[in-house]
Amino acid sequence: MSTFEPVLTRNTRRPDSEKIATYLANGGYQATRMALKMQPDEIIEMVKRSGLRGRGGAGFPAGVKWGFMPKDAPQKIVAVNTDEGEPGTFKDREIVERDPHSVIEGVIIAAYAVGANRAYVYIRGEFFLGVKRWIKAIADAYEHGFLGKDILGSGFNLDMSVHRGAGAYICGEETAMLESLEGKPGNPRLKPPYPAQTGLFGLPTLVHNIETLACIPHIIERGAEWFAGIGTAESKGPKIFSVSGHVNRPGNYELPLGVSLREIIYEHAGGIRNGRALKAVIPGGASTPMLPADQIDVPMAFETLKAIGSELGTGAVIVMDESTCMVQAARRLTKFFAHESCGQCTPCRLGSTRLYEILDRIERGQGKKGDLELLLETVQGIDGTTFCPMGAALVNPARSAIRHFRDEFESHLANKRCPVNGR
Amino acid sequence: MNIAERSLPPAIEDPRERAMLLAALYLAQEQNGWLTPEAIRRVARRLKLSEGQVRSTASFYTMFRLEPRGRYHIQVCEGLSCYLVDGAETIIEHVARKLKIRPGETTPDGRFSLEIVQCLAACDMAPALKVNDELYGNMSLAEIDALIERLAQS
Repeated sequence: MSTFEPVLTRNTRRPDSEKIATYLANGGYQATRMALKMQPDEIIEMVKRSGLRGRGGAGFPAGVKWGFMPKDAPQKIVAVNTDEGEPGTFKDREIVERDPHSVIEGVIIAAYAVGANRAYVYIRGEFFLGVKRWIKAIADAYEHGFLGKDILGSGFNLDMSVHRGAGAYICGEETAMLESLEGKPGNPRLKPPYPAQTGLFGLPTLVHNIETLACIPHIIERGAEWFAGIGTAESKGPKIFSVSGHVNRPGNYELPLGVSLREIIYEHAGGIRNGRALKAVIPGGASTPMLPADQIDVPMAFETLKAIGSELGTGAVIVMDESTCMVQAARRLTKFFAHESCGQCTPCRLGSTRLYEILDRIERGQGKKGDLELLLETVQGIDGTTFCPMGAALVNPARSAIRHFRDEFESHLANKRCPVNGR
Repeated sequence: MNIAERSLPPAIEDPRERAMLLAALYLAQEQNGWLTPEAIRRVARRLKLSEGQVRSTASFYTMFRLEPRGRYHIQVCEGLSCYLVDGAETIIEHVARKLKIRPGETTPDGRFSLEIVQCLAACDMAPALKVNDELYGNMSLAEIDALIERLAQS
């Protein structure tokens, strides 16, 4: 097992970790003090050099995004995305509930670097405990002079508030989240313009996932080179992997990017339950293509997963053993996307439901001749034709299940029952 | 005010004020446990929005309730990770049998309602469910029975 010093989950495992006193007693807000003495451009350069890429799923280089923020705009915003809803993913919940101050630090530093004076923290509606703790954490940060006017005598001002989402997966898409922050239904906006030009209330807005921002204080304190020294060629730094499904020890594991899927499953998560054999793994949350058991030596990094036809996504690993029916797995994941389609565009709204209906009837032994072809045709009709990235995401469970387990679909169709569980 | 004027949406919609809509809906929902037509009207008046704007926003989000639900709203996750560890349908069917209601329904005494929800971001604690805002993880059927019995008497 690789020895690795966790930094993102360093605070979260302490008692009373969410309290400012605990955070300060363990060196908290040092990075803010350091950053406010630096030039904003110096910080942006540092984040670029660190190689940090967004942890919300898309993996866009963070420093480049900061560089997109216009220098001359009088009002700018930082918006924090904690609308964690991708099935299999529960990393943000740990940070939001147990370590709000590391993220507040990340936001202060990011806001200072891009010249924003207002920050909005959007938290998934179901994270009631997280919302409560953030309200307290922000109040405490104001009281200690880390938020508000003239922060630590630097002349920099920043106001921050928490906004509670209300149950909509699509609000994890950045422009849908902005719509929701504006009090509207979370229908994604057409891009461009990107939020860096026209974001919340039409103002330039830097949007980041909470785990991305949690990396920032550590980059400031330990240096860009330290961060860039962890990981692979194109994927730098530590990452929280959420592991669930048929493993002995489900949970969040913070490991360097580039760690193999095999090590995560067998060494950290304790291997497969009940001594069963591994069948398939979803490496990065529900929207990332599943992999068969013989591909788990892949390093968990953006470029290496892409090379074998999958994605790092949010790093949420869902493990399925030999007792799992892959038609059922695809059906269930597709049902999620059909439920969560915002309905704004037709390929996603109707396509997701059509995909689900076909998978459902195959699973129930009522599939018809040609259903497999119809599934793939429907996938073709959705992928790349939707308003936002949800279309490309929602076809992945069905398409990857057919790619790797086609015989299982064919067996369901031919025998009207499941070859795995006999039902 | 003539009819034409009345049928128009408010002339000036302050984007910052509209941004309070989700928070206002949560507050309104707390009063009766759901968003009554009167609550929708009040929120619309207060934020200078049309009732249609308020209703369309409220109906977009699963956590806003446009009809009454039970005092204890049981939300069972049917996500993949919960399914893999024998949660999801197994729990949904169990709770439905115990409470004698189907998902989407409320018990006649108004105490319990049952809803199927998508991933609760608690896959490490699968199988998971929520009662109102409270999350319960690693739930066996026996533990669920005990929880329901406790809530039935509280």
